[in-house]
Amino acid sequence: MVKTGKGILMQGNEACAEGAIACGMRFFAGYPITPSTEIAELCALRLPQEGGVFIQMEDELSSMAAVVGASLAGAKAMTATSGPGFSLKQENIGFACMAEVPCVVVNVQRVGPSTGMPTSPAQGDVMQVRWGTHGDHPMIALCPWSVQETYNIVIRCFNIAETLRTPVILLMDEIVGHLREKVVLPDPSTLTIVSRRKPQKSSLPYLPYKPVYGDVPAIADYGDGFRFHVTGLSHDYTGFPTNDANVAAEEIKRLHRKVQAARNEITFVHKYRLEDAEIAVFAYGGVARSAMEAVMRAREQGIRAGLFRPITIWPFPEEEVRQSLGALKAVVVAELNLGQMRLEVERCLGKGIEVIGLNRVGGQIITPDDILETLRGVK
Amino acid sequence: MAEVQNNPILKYFRASKLPHIWCPGCGHGILMGALVRAIDKVGLDQDRTVIVSGIGCSSRAPGYLNFDTLHTTHGRALAFATGIKLARPELKVIVLGGDGDIAAIGGNHLIHACRRNIDLLLICFNNSIYGMTSGQYSPMTPTGRLATTAPYGNIDRPFDLCQLAAAAGATYVGRATSYHVTLLIELIAKGLKHKGFAFIDALSQCPTYYGRRNKLGPSVKMMEWFKEVCIPVGAAKKMTPEQLRDKIVIGEMVNTPDVPEYTEEYEKVKARAKEMSAG
Repeated sequence: MVKTGKGILMQGNEACAEGAIACGMRFFAGYPITPSTEIAELCALRLPQEGGVFIQMEDELSSMAAVVGASLAGAKAMTATSGPGFSLKQENIGFACMAEVPCVVVNVQRVGPSTGMPTSPAQGDVMQVRWGTHGDHPMIALCPWSVQETYNIVIRCFNIAETLRTPVILLMDEIVGHLREKVVLPDPSTLTIVSRRKPQKSSLPYLPYKPVYGDVPAIADYGDGFRFHVTGLSHDYTGFPTNDANVAAEEIKRLHRKVQAARNEITFVHKYRLEDAEIAVFAYGGVARSAMEAVMRAREQGIRAGLFRPITIWPFPEEEVRQSLGALKAVVVAELNLGQMRLEVERCLGKGIEVIGLNRVGGQIITPDDILETLRGVK
Repeated sequence: MAEVQNNPILKYFRASKLPHIWCPGCGHGILMGALVRAIDKVGLDQDRTVIVSGIGCSSRAPGYLNFDTLHTTHGRALAFATGIKLARPELKVIVLGGDGDIAAIGGNHLIHACRRNIDLLLICFNNSIYGMTSGQYSPMTPTGRLATTAPYGNIDRPFDLCQLAAAAGATYVGRATSYHVTLLIELIAKGLKHKGFAFIDALSQCPTYYGRRNKLGPSVKMMEWFKEVCIPVGAAKKMTPEQLRDKIVIGEMVNTPDVPEYTEEYEKVKARAKEMSAG
């Protein structure tokens, strides 16, 4: 049991597991992988105490599959991994999108490609999060920058997953995952916790995939007596496969619409001193910590700098970026990759604004000095 | 017609989804029929039973069956089923798949489900070929046979899936064929009643993509071949390896009911965890 209401020292990965348990996650299937293993270890310890289930599966593919199965049986379910494992999970993340199965997938990023640098931080998976599984699918990903925020955000991930019936990615990085800092955990009774809406029994034939709440269907849990079918094939409202081009197209579009329609409820951004800023740093996750320090120091030196930190990185916060950064002189996009989010920022801001990439790969962090120097260099 | 309407197994089918997609002469309909007859025999609650499959011809079976059903990704049915069973151990979970699904892409999940002895029943609809993709060799295609991807003859050696499952720790293992239907129903029924991981290797004929290319068909001839080459497990014990060459052993191979079952063991983990955190 964890203490609530007063300051305790906690690791990012621990906060992820505790936050998930606090909001009702009762099934975790995983496979050991650095730097996310502590999440599995803590779930192995804590879930049975709470009446939940932890299982270490034979591989990453099966841990994602088990999570989807458990969620179909009604459990709030989660798995955690890092880049190499995240690649393997893509198959059944796509299944969860298509079959509309709520779940949370944590990726604590390390250096890639391939096995890369297991204990060193990177942010090289931001595009894989968006496009990793095949086909046209929407994706939701949230990216915390601190231990406290990891705790709060994993709860939001579950609320979004359950509301929209879709997988949600909690995109961490090794900096945040292995960071230990002070957190104050809220009393669980004060948390806002959302659970999936269930169908009502009626005399009419049950249509599990008919949208009921906006574009979101009310799919039953297995064992509740609805005797329905779930498939990864394109399907109609009955849940059974279809080869009708119009029905298949409408289904794919609906999956996107349900996420787009919820944009305001699922988009979170953190803005700091942008009101009068001339230049801004765009940074997320662990790098945003350096960016914040750099902006504060720049201000001390008379540079009118600000910070734009997307917490929701997918769907990309286009409107917020245009609104907050659209009239600036320059934007520095600092990230631990060779410029993945920079492409998105450039796309949104167009040609009028200078977008400067501050990029690093190979496992070294981007320091406040690095960012400050870049800010000072803006003409 | 009245006889058909009164047939006690009809309630286990989603009539509106029939006829099935399987080719004329395919053995899978016989196996699916054996499954529902076994379900009827055991008396499973249709609202508390989940049927899970992977990808392939046989994996279309759950769509025809009137239960909670799940058609998953290729090879992963056992892993999805493991999640369902652990989240709601009170549900009966049955897994169906073909030999490509279960023995090739899903081979790792097979051995680990056996090892855990989790309470699932797995039936492999084993027709020695990838039928859905029209005739590539599977891990169950005998050496020397032809397939679209073995145009000069298959050089791979097939598994004995029952021996594999037994070695991996399955606590109920049996084999029957689309010819030996009475035995198949009996094995499935016993597998359903078994507390632990049960595996049934159910041999089926694919006249379209395996029989035709290898000049083994038509369907009836392929089933007659099952009749000729199958040896009951009891008789096989008295035979030499030489005599058993090119024979198929059928019947109940493993039945060890007293091995701890996974979900029950996890309940003990929960009790220990609660006790230790309280103390």
